Amino acid sequence: MLAVHCVPTEGFSGGVESMTNEHSAAAYWSANLRIITICMVIWALVSVGFGIVLRPLLAMLPITIGGTDLGFWFAQQGSILTFIALIFYYTWYMNRLDRRFGVDEQ
Amino acid sequence: MDQFVLNLIVVGATFALYIGIAIWARAGTTADYYTASRGVNPIVNGAATAADWMSAASFISMAGLIAFVGYGNSSYLMGWTGGYVLLALLLAPYLRKFGRFTVPEFIGDRFYSQSARIVAVICLLVISITYVIGQMTGAGVAFSRFLEVENTTGLLIASTVVFIYAVLGGMKGITYTQLAQYCVLITAYTIPAVFISLQLTSNPVPALGLFSTHAESGIPLLTRLDQVLTELGFHDYTGHHGTTLNMVLFTLSLMVGTAGLPHVIIRFFTVPKVADARKSAGWALVFIALLYLTAPAVGAMAKLNILSTIYPDGTSEPPIAYADKPDWMSNWEQTGLLRFEDKNDDGLIQYYNDRSEDFASVAAERGWEGNEIVVFNQDILVLANPEIAQLPGWVLALIAAGGLAAALSTAAGLLLAISSAISHDVLKSVLLPGISDRQELMAARISMAFAIVLATWLGLNPPGFAAQVVALAFGLAAATLFPALMLGIFSKKMNTQGAVAGMLVGLITTLLYIFTYLGWFFVPGTNMLQNVEENWLFGISPLSFGAVGAVLNFATAWAVMKLTKAPPPEIQELVESIRVPRGAAGAIDH
Repeated sequence: MLAVHCVPTEGFSGGVESMTNEHSAAAYWSANLRIITICMVIWALVSVGFGIVLRPLLAMLPITIGGTDLGFWFAQQGSILTFIALIFYYTWYMNRLDRRFGVDEQ
Repeated sequence: MDQFVLNLIVVGATFALYIGIAIWARAGTTADYYTASRGVNPIVNGAATAADWMSAASFISMAGLIAFVGYGNSSYLMGWTGGYVLLALLLAPYLRKFGRFTVPEFIGDRFYSQSARIVAVICLLVISITYVIGQMTGAGVAFSRFLEVENTTGLLIASTVVFIYAVLGGMKGITYTQLAQYCVLITAYTIPAVFISLQLTSNPVPALGLFSTHAESGIPLLTRLDQVLTELGFHDYTGHHGTTLNMVLFTLSLMVGTAGLPHVIIRFFTVPKVADARKSAGWALVFIALLYLTAPAVGAMAKLNILSTIYPDGTSEPPIAYADKPDWMSNWEQTGLLRFEDKNDDGLIQYYNDRSEDFASVAAERGWEGNEIVVFNQDILVLANPEIAQLPGWVLALIAAGGLAAALSTAAGLLLAISSAISHDVLKSVLLPGISDRQELMAARISMAFAIVLATWLGLNPPGFAAQVVALAFGLAAATLFPALMLGIFSKKMNTQGAVAGMLVGLITTLLYIFTYLGWFFVPGTNMLQNVEENWLFGISPLSFGAVGAVLNFATAWAVMKLTKAPPPEIQELVESIRVPRGAAGAIDH
């Protein structure tokens, strides 16, 4: 889904100075920015979105949870659970990205 | 056994543990003292961060804050957890890569300017000192309530314990005591919560119990709570009653403010690797969520429990007689946190919303002459929970130890942020650059001792604005430090002028907006406009202004940067290097 282009996995062993290919440094950073953007959109969607602004819309769905609407659950539980999942997903994704670009810590 | 003796034993045992850790984790170098030599396991750091972050307010007040307002105060839950996503994605890994000791140090080096560093030190001191006052008063109150000592004595005992492990161990001592404090506070919070959830819903997990069937009435717990509250003229629990704009801005202010708090950020300097900083933020949120997912359940359940105690046969039947009220109500009546007044002299306790116009006719018909629980402090919901659930005395003793652990762990983190800014950013960097590592370590210890004395003094003589200071601390962190840190990482072209102008605009606008409605330096009566919704600019509450301050900071920094000179090439290279994990050093000797 979020495939990274231009990924020379071999031949890179040093630190930032060995990332001689400027193209590669830029590609690493733009891949990072892209995943950050996706995560931030979800972050905002589940909290101020589902939990507050979009709550009336969610309430129109035929779903109730414990006698109340989905928005209430997102505001008091769902947003927090999603935040945890987001951080661990980002951590996993970045560790993989670091290795692909050869910028991980040995 | 007497409850007082039991409290003394449990609190005494936890304090002995903290001091034992302090002696074991003494700091030998400045790297030890400021960052625990970056040798802290990321999961341990997660637990320490959770204790560092969760203050007396989270432990004692949050469930009550939610119980008395309902859905509207969900902002606290989302805001105080959502900030960790910002930390993990936008700040922690890069600041760890940069590999220094303090937050102002990053700002000073990245913006190649001592003035930027000093502005950051000022912001840090205002944020952390206002925040520490609340912790010290909280610790004093917990002492006086549970250990029956004078408020002053309680505060002095608390300060002495913090003094021992913070001065001796610095970050190293604080980290491992915070780990112990986390274990104490989460155990203390969870046990009564599980029991109240079992009693009300037969579900042992409070977060699930909140959305389960209420055992007594056979309908969902939240539906039952909505029913009972509306029958008494209150607004329903799950409904949205404030303005959407304010709720969004308040949530965002708490999120951005959390990510900009220096005492939280410096915890991520203690892990060995950049990848650990990301992981550690995730673990911190897991440990925080254990309390934050439980708190709304505790709030709703305790509220429903209290309402059914007062109206044992339903709200249309007469309430409980004053003479028949349960023991815990009598106990808390003595503390003044709960007060009854029999306004219609019928010997019964009528609890309802006497400000509701719709309900006035019902009340008049029943011969009710006003709400008779005249003082109902929200903190009771957590503090009296073990008594309400009729749990043994040691659980109450654990609550006392947990409340103190929450207050002391946050105080210690704040004191370290304050003292390292003084010894490292002001003394070592500006005033006495020639001092050796040993001398700086001594300076750090002296600043810590000084900060503790100051915090104790402020705790003994609180400036009377304890409730508002939290808003100020979060508002300022959101409007000053967070944008500067983020721009320093994500904008290669951001320069001194932009960063300093942004921080100053954020600082000044936020202070002005808060002082306009809450009084200059919170002195009552000096506010220029009454703090009511009609007076607020675009309907934005002073508590929600931090997010606006952050936007103003970003916008100013951007505009000034466009008009001034780009940063030198070596700074742009520095930004390049902090963006990749490889090459992160361990502790750096200065």
